[in-house]
Amino acid sequence: MNSSVMLLVLLGVPFCASVVLAFVGDRKFAPEINILGSAATFAVGIGLALEVYVQGPMLAGGRFFFVDAFNVYLSVLTAFVSMTTAVFSRRYMRREREHGRVGHVGMRFYHAMFQLFIFAMLLCLLTNNVGVLWIAMELATLSTVLLVSLYRTPTAIEAAWKYFILCGVGIAQALFGTVLLYFAAEKVLGEGGEALLWTNLIRVSGSLEPTVLSLAFVFLMVGYGTKVGLVPLHNWLPDAHSEGPTPISAVLSGLLLNIALYALVRCKVLVDGSTHTHHAGNIMMGFGLLSIIVAAFSLLRQKDIKRMFSYSSIEHMGVATFAFGLGGPIATFGALLHMLVHSLAKSAIFFTVGHASQMHRSQDMARIRGLFRGNPLVGWGLMFGVMAIAGMPPFGIFTSEFLILTATMKDAPYLTPFLLLGLGVAFAALFRKVQPMVAGDVPSYQKAMKVAHLPVILHLVLVLAIGLYMPDFLNSWFHTAVELLK
Amino acid sequence: MNLYPFMTEILQIMIVLGISPAFVGWVRMLKCWSQGRTSAGVFQPYRDIRKLFAKNVVLAENASWVFRFTPYLVFGTTVLAGGIIPMLSVDLPLSATADVIVLVALFAIARFFIALAGMDIGTAFGGMGSSREMTIASLAEPAMLMAIFTLSLACRSTSLSQIVTVIFSGQIQLRPYLAFAFLAFVLISLAETGRIPVDNPATHLELTMVHEAMILEYSGRHLALIEWAGMMKLMLFMALGAVLFFPWGIDVTSTAAGALRAFLFLLLKLGASGVVLVLIETGLAKMRLFRLTEFLGSAFLLATLGMLAYYILD
Amino acid sequence: MMDLQIVSQISSFLAALVLLTAFGMLVQKRVYGLIHLFAWQGLFLSLNTAVVGFVANKHHLYISSVLTLSLKVVLLPYILHVLINRLKIRKEVETVVNIPMTMMIGIALVIFSYHLTAPIRQLSTLITRSTLAVALATVMLGLLMMITRRHAVTQIIGFLALENGLFFAATSATYGMPLVVELGVALDVLIAAFIFGIFFFHIHTTFDTLDVEQMAKLKEEN
Repeated sequence: MNSSVMLLVLLGVPFCASVVLAFVGDRKFAPEINILGSAATFAVGIGLALEVYVQGPMLAGGRFFFVDAFNVYLSVLTAFVSMTTAVFSRRYMRREREHGRVGHVGMRFYHAMFQLFIFAMLLCLLTNNVGVLWIAMELATLSTVLLVSLYRTPTAIEAAWKYFILCGVGIAQALFGTVLLYFAAEKVLGEGGEALLWTNLIRVSGSLEPTVLSLAFVFLMVGYGTKVGLVPLHNWLPDAHSEGPTPISAVLSGLLLNIALYALVRCKVLVDGSTHTHHAGNIMMGFGLLSIIVAAFSLLRQKDIKRMFSYSSIEHMGVATFAFGLGGPIATFGALLHMLVHSLAKSAIFFTVGHASQMHRSQDMARIRGLFRGNPLVGWGLMFGVMAIAGMPPFGIFTSEFLILTATMKDAPYLTPFLLLGLGVAFAALFRKVQPMVAGDVPSYQKAMKVAHLPVILHLVLVLAIGLYMPDFLNSWFHTAVELLK
Repeated sequence: MNLYPFMTEILQIMIVLGISPAFVGWVRMLKCWSQGRTSAGVFQPYRDIRKLFAKNVVLAENASWVFRFTPYLVFGTTVLAGGIIPMLSVDLPLSATADVIVLVALFAIARFFIALAGMDIGTAFGGMGSSREMTIASLAEPAMLMAIFTLSLACRSTSLSQIVTVIFSGQIQLRPYLAFAFLAFVLISLAETGRIPVDNPATHLELTMVHEAMILEYSGRHLALIEWAGMMKLMLFMALGAVLFFPWGIDVTSTAAGALRAFLFLLLKLGASGVVLVLIETGLAKMRLFRLTEFLGSAFLLATLGMLAYYILD
Repeated sequence: MMDLQIVSQISSFLAALVLLTAFGMLVQKRVYGLIHLFAWQGLFLSLNTAVVGFVANKHHLYISSVLTLSLKVVLLPYILHVLINRLKIRKEVETVVNIPMTMMIGIALVIFSYHLTAPIRQLSTLITRSTLAVALATVMLGLLMMITRRHAVTQIIGFLALENGLFFAATSATYGMPLVVELGVALDVLIAAFIFGIFFFHIHTTFDTLDVEQMAKLKEEN
């Protein structure tokens, strides 16, 4: 298949699925269509990845799209996690429907917006135009805002409003940064859409005006940093993640944060190319380290299970941001790996958390008890997920965090204690909170229910596998990406 | 020695003294018309002043020298201010020696003494009026200076004659900062001359009056002088706005014919500004005292924006 | 042929008016009045875009101008009007705390924007370069409005005003972004408009008011 066609199909499938699902509404087979659409997206994504693996980076669709090692792996990851989430949400949303938390309109909306969200994220990743990247990012926010308030409870509406306003404001700063970027690029590349194409920008990044780009990066950092959920711009994140439906929490945590970080890293590469200093990297390291520490200590204070894991997402995004900021081949490699394994592990955790809170009809950690005995898959899934996310060997996150730590000791040894402190506190906090939930007797109010096995097992096995053995293709991809991001 | 500047100076002071009651009469007449009342005519203020001069002065027992001295001082400073503003010609001896800061200071001195005199007798109303007047002044004066400094910046001078000359020559036109400064100036003028929505000149309602409360104890020629000074102040502010922002017709040639033409233009502009003033006063309601901070805050904001616009957009 | 000098003066005059409306919105308490001010700001912006398009001879700016006119002056104010009529909050007056202080912060933000854009002013050769500071100031003022106000409609208007500022920035820094981007941004604003419309109803039915002060349940527990 022609690569341009393939790209169009990759973007077209979720978009069409969204339209179809908007019409199908709350029919019985809507979840199956949702799964089918996501599976098709994933299949095309694999095809595209093979193509890129064999032929290297490519431009398509009149240079409107651009695929290289960095975004192709994220695209496949996005397609994969959205597929497993669709599988998980089939059971989960049906149960929510039975509990009466969502109505007809809600379900129609949920499915259509889920696919639109995937479309927006893929567009973000694949577009070559920095302006379109911004538009797609905003679209991704907008498509999930009403999903966060799906349950219409006061807290859900509050969370969604916060999400809407804070991310809206944040991302507006990124648009200003993009305007400044265009201002600098226009001087070199001339007017018109060409000047916003990333492939052109990176080619001439050396001759872009450094002062303008430094200023632009501050705005871009604040803008996309809000979406990444970096402290102190993170206020929307725990609320949005804890109040929305769990499948949405899974994709928000697992995918959207990655996409925002992707946008930020793309911008950083340009700025570095222009300024030849570590200015952008230092800013990212600062934000990253602050996120790790603040999130780690916040973990200790949580009572709501989804809220706790959203703080864990902030922490891990902090780790990745810090590593990208640090730069250098090892740290960048670690960061790329970290994005991958965190996304897999975190969505697996959210799957189990979703089931656990449905079994207890509560997200309060004090009420969730005896998961091992009540439902071994949920219990062990949660336990292994937490072990993975906390960075225990032999899971993949251990590998990535180890790489990042090694690089920190080499390049910025004085920051190592802070990093270790954050990771250590997070580790302890997670285990302290999870232990009572999984062990012990089954409480009387716990209801047995059917759970979706496949997504949890698949994700955790993948995380474990990556920790044990890094496949060659992944290795070479990451190495290429590291070269790109140098 | 060229006598022209001195002649115009004297002429201008005579005009300020002579025309200001008529101007106030004109404003009152327009207001009567707009409210459907029969007016007392343009010349009623002259009759009022004459009547007050004819009456005896009644002094409170505990009135100090400040109370007796204030009317003369207020009258004197206002006349002096009338000599500074270039209304007929830019070639005035007083205008050359005193700039816009002096002008603001003259008004401030007059206000300071009136406020002192208001408190001198020790009645409740006087003190209340003084405190209110000073509250307004403390907000209005920075705004006033800010607005005029914007013009000074643009014209590179604090001399009123110089500012008028530069603006008259048409070097600056359609500039945002001019518009901002003008809007600020309009708001400040309303506050400084005690018009609606800041103060109501026609009221003796104890809870709302500001200026009237301070001069409640005055009578006879003292009151006449203060009233007259108040009329001049109103006219001076209108004339200042007219010459600064719409300097057309002013005499830059230093000839008698030019001065005559400038005089006619001045009459026209004063007439028009009276109409605008009445329109504003009819359209607005008197504000509560506590909301004045917002009103004068907006004036200050506009003046500051004018200054910023000068730096940013030019 | 009009004198370019005068046309560019008109442009900076309109920029000043945009700034003035931004300040006006900052202190306007009536929901109804806010929508009007917002529409005026859109109008000045649209006129300014057209004028810049004329001066710089950039025809795609005419399209942006018409886009702004139809979206920001006609459609969005209309939607907001309909919404506040439906929700019966047309006459609502918001309590705004400490207006003079807000104004002072606003002025400080204008000065800050001026300094922040100084390097760009020096590098730029466009005649609109001086209005970039005003554009950034409009963004900042929109942000300030969203922070200081507690009413859902006001916050949204602040957000839209902020968006106006961004559009203005694009016009003054680079004679507008490429058309595909501007169209995309307009589309996003349109979607956002529908979303906040739905939100107003949700908030109103759930909390019985549009005062977002009510929404303070989600906090870190200690």
